[in-house]
Amino acid sequence: MKVLNPFIAVLVLIAAGGLLGMSQGTQFLVGVVLPSVAFLVFIVGFIRKVLDWSSSPVPFKIPTTCGQGRSLSFIKEDRFDCPTTKGDVIVRMFLEVFLFRSLFRNTRAEVHDGPKIVYGSSIWLWLLGITFHYAFLTIVVRHLRLFMEPVPFFVPIIEYLDGFLQIGAPVLFMSGILLVAAAGALMARRLIMPQIRYISLPADYFPLLLIMAIGITGILMRHTFRVDITHVKELTLGLASFSWNNPGGIHPIFFIHVALVSTLMVYFPFSKLMHMGGIFFSPTRNMANDSRAKRHINPWNDPNIKPHAYASYEDEFREFMVDAGIPVEKELPAKPATEEEAE
Amino acid sequence: MAIPKVEELRNNVAHEANMFTGAIPRKDWMETPAEFKEGNYAYPTKPEIQEYHKFPNAREWNPEDDDWLLPDGWEKIILDGLKDRLDKFRSLKVYMDICVRCGACADKCHFFLGTGDPKNMPVLRAELLRSVYRNEYSVGRKILGKMLGNRPMTVGVLKEWFMYAYQCTECRRCSVFCPYGIDTAEITMMLRELLHLVGVGINWILEPAANSNRTGNHMGLQPHTFKENIGYLVDDIKDITGIDVNPTFNRKGAEVLFITPSADVFAEPGIYTAMGYMLLFEHIGLDYTFSTYASEGGNFGLFTSNEMMKKLNAKMYAEAKRLGVKWILGGECGHMWRVLHQYMDTMNGPADFLQVPKSPITGTVFENAASTKMVHISEFTADLIKHGKLKLDPQRNAHRLPTFHDSCNPARAMGLLDEPRYILDAVVPKWHEMPENTIREKTYCCGSGTGLNTGEIMELRMRSGLPRANAVEHVYRKHGVNALANVCAIDRATLQPLMEYWLPPTGDDPMATTDVDVIGLSELVGNALVMDGEIENRDQGLRFEELVPSDEEG
Repeated sequence: MKVLNPFIAVLVLIAAGGLLGMSQGTQFLVGVVLPSVAFLVFIVGFIRKVLDWSSSPVPFKIPTTCGQGRSLSFIKEDRFDCPTTKGDVIVRMFLEVFLFRSLFRNTRAEVHDGPKIVYGSSIWLWLLGITFHYAFLTIVVRHLRLFMEPVPFFVPIIEYLDGFLQIGAPVLFMSGILLVAAAGALMARRLIMPQIRYISLPADYFPLLLIMAIGITGILMRHTFRVDITHVKELTLGLASFSWNNPGGIHPIFFIHVALVSTLMVYFPFSKLMHMGGIFFSPTRNMANDSRAKRHINPWNDPNIKPHAYASYEDEFREFMVDAGIPVEKELPAKPATEEEAE
Repeated sequence: MAIPKVEELRNNVAHEANMFTGAIPRKDWMETPAEFKEGNYAYPTKPEIQEYHKFPNAREWNPEDDDWLLPDGWEKIILDGLKDRLDKFRSLKVYMDICVRCGACADKCHFFLGTGDPKNMPVLRAELLRSVYRNEYSVGRKILGKMLGNRPMTVGVLKEWFMYAYQCTECRRCSVFCPYGIDTAEITMMLRELLHLVGVGINWILEPAANSNRTGNHMGLQPHTFKENIGYLVDDIKDITGIDVNPTFNRKGAEVLFITPSADVFAEPGIYTAMGYMLLFEHIGLDYTFSTYASEGGNFGLFTSNEMMKKLNAKMYAEAKRLGVKWILGGECGHMWRVLHQYMDTMNGPADFLQVPKSPITGTVFENAASTKMVHISEFTADLIKHGKLKLDPQRNAHRLPTFHDSCNPARAMGLLDEPRYILDAVVPKWHEMPENTIREKTYCCGSGTGLNTGEIMELRMRSGLPRANAVEHVYRKHGVNALANVCAIDRATLQPLMEYWLPPTGDDPMATTDVDVIGLSELVGNALVMDGEIENRDQGLRFEELVPSDEEG
C-alpha cells in the first residue's frame, strides 16, 4: 500500500535517531554532523533547483487572467486578479503566496439526478493548507532562538502570540498543535476522499508523516521529556557558529527530532516541497497581462518559420481571383482582358 | 458511432459508477491501460496530410490496433523531445516539479465531470507525463523508482498520452484554481507536440491546418468561393434590411484589415454573426477589407505545435503589411484570440509597419493593443456604444432572452469579460447570467475546443459539454432563456449540437432543433442596428426570423 512504505520509513528514521541518540559517541553523528550536512544539502539543492528553472526561458507571456483585463476606460479592470502592471503582479503574487488566493476559490462539484451539477463552497483545503503553512512558519521563526544570540527581537513577540492561550508550563505553543492537527487532517483527507486517495503517491504521504513526526517529537520534547534546553542551545549555537560540539546530557528524543528534521531538509529540494520556490516561477501567475501592449521576446523564436507566401498563394489561385474580381499583384498573362476591380 | 439517447445519458452521467459519482476504481491508474474503441478517439491523421506538413512517420494506422507502427527508436525520440522542451519552456519544467497533488483541480475539469474518468482529473493528466519525467530526472529514481511514482516510457504510456491529450481542450479552467497556477494547457500542448514527433496526431486538426496554410482558411475555401459566400450574406442583408453592404477583398490602402474565423463566412450560425459585422461596419462607414489570403482567424497550429501556430499566424501580419492597412480588427473567436493576445506579437512581431489602433469613429486609441495592433471586435463595438455612435433598437432582439457564455480563452487568457456584457446590455432588452461558478474566469468550455469538434467522438463531446449545457439548462428552466450568446466561432459550431442534444425543442415549431439558439454577439448587434435607409417596418431578423412587432419602431 502506498501509505505503508512512507510510514515504515518514518518509523525507521525515528528508531535510528533514537538509537544513535542514546550514546554520547553517536550523538555527535546524528546531532551535529547530520543536520550540518542536511542543511548544506538543503541550501545547495534549493539553489540548484531554482537555477535549473531559471535556465529555461519563458518564451511566451501566458498569465491566467482571473478577472477583467485593462482595456477601455469605462470597463472596470480587476487589477489584482488580472494585473497589467508590475506592481499589480506583485500584489497578485503576494495574495497567492501569503493568502493562497487561488486555493481560496476552491469549490466542490457534485452531480445529482437530472443530471444537475451543483457547486458547493469548499474552503477546507484552503483552511488546512493555510493553517499548516503558517504554523510551520511560526515554528521555524521560533526556532531561531536556538541559533541566534542575541535572540532577534521578533522571536519573543511571535512566541508570546503563539502561547497566547497560556496553557500549561512551559506554555503550550498553538503552532505545534496546529501543525500536527493540520498535517493529520491533510493526511486523513488523502486517505478518506476517493479522488484524492487515487492520485496520492508515497511521495505525498511521506512528507506529511515526516512533518507530523517532527511536530509530535517537538511537543514531546518540550512538555513530556522536558529536554534540557540550555544544553540543546549549546549544541545548536555550535551548529550555527561552526564550532561543533555536543555538551552531552540531552535526552535521545532530541536526536530523533533532529534526525527527522535533517531528513526533511535533505528531502526538500528533490521533492514536490519545492513548490515553495516554484510558486514564484509560475508564468501563469507572475506575468502581467500586457502582451498586446508590450512585445514579449522569445529568445528562441525561429525567424525561419515563414507563412505560406502570398506570392505562391496568388500563383495558385490567380485565375480564380481575377475572375472573381479580387485584386492581384501580377496580372494574368496576355489574354482577352478581364474586368478589373475598380476600388 | 451511435450516441445514446439524451434520457439515457442524463441518467448515466448521474448514476453510472465512476470517480465523479463516487465509485472508486479497483486498480491503480498506472495499471489501467487506455483502451481505444470506436467513439472514444478522434481519427488519426491521413498519411497525405502528414506528408503535406512534412511530419514524420506518415502511415495508415488505427488506434484500436496493438501496433501503432511507431518509428524505430521512438522512445528516444520522445525523451529527447521532452528534454528539448524542458530547456525551452520554463512553464513545463516548473509544472513538472511543483505539483503537490492537492486535488483542487480534480473536479474543475469538464471532461472529468462529464466522464468521471480519473485520468481526466487535470492532476492525473499531468501525471501521465510527470511519471515519465520523474523517471528520467528525479533524484533517487534508480533506488526509489515506483515509490516516487515513476514509470518508464512505454507504448502503453504513449497510448495514454494520445487518449488524454485529446480529452483536454486547453481551456485553462483548472489553472484558475491551482494554488501554483499549473496550467494543464501547457502540459497538453507539450504532449501533443511530443506525439507529433512520432507521427501520432488527429486528422481533424492537421487537415484544417493544411487547408489554412494553403488556401488561407481551414475549410479550404479558395479565394473566389470565399468571396462568393460573403456575397450570399450580402444578398441576405439586402433582403432583410434593404441595405447594400459592400465588403471589399484584398484591397490595398484600406484603413483596417478585418479577420474573423472562416466559419463565420460559411457555417450556421456563424454566418449571421458575419452579417452582423458587415451591418456594423456599414453603419459606421468603416474603411475595411477582408482578405482571402488571411481568411482564417482561427489557428489550428495552437492545437498542434508552437511552430505550426507561428507559421499559420504569420499570414496576418504579412497580409496587413502587403495591403498597407493601419491596423487589424479581429472577429469573435476564442482560441484565435489566445493566439493574437498572448502569442502573435512575440512570434511574428514587431508589427512596426502598423499604427497603434485608433477608432476612426470615436478617436479612441486602443492602448491595450499598442504593440500587437490588433483589436477585438467587442472592444471596438463597446467603445462605439459608449460614445453613442450606434443607433440601436434592442426591441429588435425582443424575441431573444439570452444568457452569455464566456469562451475559455478570452476569459482566461485575455480578461475580456465585461466588454461583451456591456454590448449585450445595449442590444437586448434583457438577459440573464448563468450561475457564478460557470461564468467569467470560471466559465466552462463548450467541450469541443482545440480541434475536438469532430463527429466521431460525439458522445465524449456531449459529456464534456455537460457542465456548460447544465448551466444553460438552469437559466433556461429558471428564466426561460432561449438564446446562448457568445463571442467564439468554435462555440457557434459546437454549442449548437450541444444544445440540440441536451435541450431538444419542446415547442411546436417543426423546424426548431433546440429551445436555445446559439448566437454570436455581433449578430445581436447587427440585428439591433437601425440603419439609414433601411426598409420601413423591418419585420425580419438576420435569420429571416419574425421580429416581435414594436410600437416604438421608427
